[in-house]
Amino acid sequence: MELNVPLPHDAFIQMARPFRFQWEPAQDCFVILYPEGMVKLNQAAGLILNLCCKHNQSLAQTVESLAQDFGQEPQSIQDDVQEFLRIAHDNRWIELRQ
Amino acid sequence: MITDGLNSGSKPPIPLWMLAELTYKCPLQCPYCSNPLAIAQSRGELSVDEWCDTLSQARALGAVQLGLSGGEPLLKGGVSQIIKHATDLGFYTNLITSGVGLTEKSIVALKSAGLEHIQLSVQAPEEVLNDQIAGRKCFREKLEAAALIKKHGFAMVMNVVLHRHNIGRLGELIELAVHLKADYLELANVQFDGWAYLNRKSLLPTRDQIDQALATTREYEKRMQGRLKIFYVLPDYYSDRPKACCNGWGSLSLVVSPSGFVMPCLGAHKLPIDDRPNIRDQSLGTIWRDSKLFNSFRGYDWMQEPCRSCPEKTKDFGGCRCQAFLLTGDASQTDPVCALSPKRSLVDTMLMEHEDVAVNQMVYRSLAESVRQCDR
Repeated sequence: MELNVPLPHDAFIQMARPFRFQWEPAQDCFVILYPEGMVKLNQAAGLILNLCCKHNQSLAQTVESLAQDFGQEPQSIQDDVQEFLRIAHDNRWIELRQ
Repeated sequence: MITDGLNSGSKPPIPLWMLAELTYKCPLQCPYCSNPLAIAQSRGELSVDEWCDTLSQARALGAVQLGLSGGEPLLKGGVSQIIKHATDLGFYTNLITSGVGLTEKSIVALKSAGLEHIQLSVQAPEEVLNDQIAGRKCFREKLEAAALIKKHGFAMVMNVVLHRHNIGRLGELIELAVHLKADYLELANVQFDGWAYLNRKSLLPTRDQIDQALATTREYEKRMQGRLKIFYVLPDYYSDRPKACCNGWGSLSLVVSPSGFVMPCLGAHKLPIDDRPNIRDQSLGTIWRDSKLFNSFRGYDWMQEPCRSCPEKTKDFGGCRCQAFLLTGDASQTDPVCALSPKRSLVDTMLMEHEDVAVNQMVYRSLAESVRQCDR
């Protein structure tokens, strides 16, 4: 399903076909795979998708988790998360989960 | 010694992309087939278990993209089992197929095995020309295959090898891709090697055709606004710089033939290197890291002038080793496509040699023809 950013706090997202998200030990990072290609994600991007797509957390839960892990205020994390999700959306990597 | 590679830096390269040629059996006879001319001499296909073990080894080395091709990979018994194993290992899998023989039953099996996407070949935008080029009736089967692929929710790449007999139909080919709901369209100008080299006088497009094709592609790209992604593979003969073949020899990809021969690229069969590493004899890691074949053209130390001192060597790696060997007889020379090569005239001469040969007068890829070619 199409999504509009910024996303509501209670939104859940998932990877959109044909993109796949996984940890690559040989690359030592999370990656997105698609036909004949691979995007290597930086740590923050990898953690966001890992929480949203692998651990089925809502956007609010994801922000909360990251804020705890990095000892920061949720508000400051929230903007970074929305910014990454906008990039992910522009690349058609993600979609809303019903 | 490994001096560099696309994904290496100071680290050893990782074979991110693996192509598994499961079988040379194929229902089609395309006269530009990328399989070797000597397919008739191939003996002893790897078993399903041997393929699964090879995939496990590749994955451990860091391979992540897996192309399953042939011949026609659907003709390999146990193809779904191989894909299931690849999926369990974490590969992103791509079936490269003619679509011939794809049924509702087989596509359900492929889906449940975890196959991610399917690349469907199409030879032309209509039945008569398509079937002439393919050497058998198959156009309708391809359309049915495309419908099945979309029905079962696969990402679909429609692949067309472009040459003189179909490049003028590019607009119709793009319309067909839209009609079939392809996610990607790959338009690959024919690479003149093996079977295609035999038929080069007939297959070679004219300069006007190339210019027109590029203009048509750009126009459609604008019109599609990203709905259909088009990859256009330029014809290197009409370029003044070579392709960055394999993104550098032994830096990113490996190919395993039906009988287990492991190569840095599809065309490495015929290079005069007295090393034919086979997965039945050595581990994939040993072959990738240490074999003579994989180290022959790694990095830059093997290069001759003008490549050796050329600032562009880090972009194109000297071009295609197989093409250098095919045209000059020396695989370590600059790819003669390059305008800086002292042998560029070999390519220019070929560009003037094309002949109007009818489609059905070309040499078609078949076992019988392979035997004839091997006897020469």
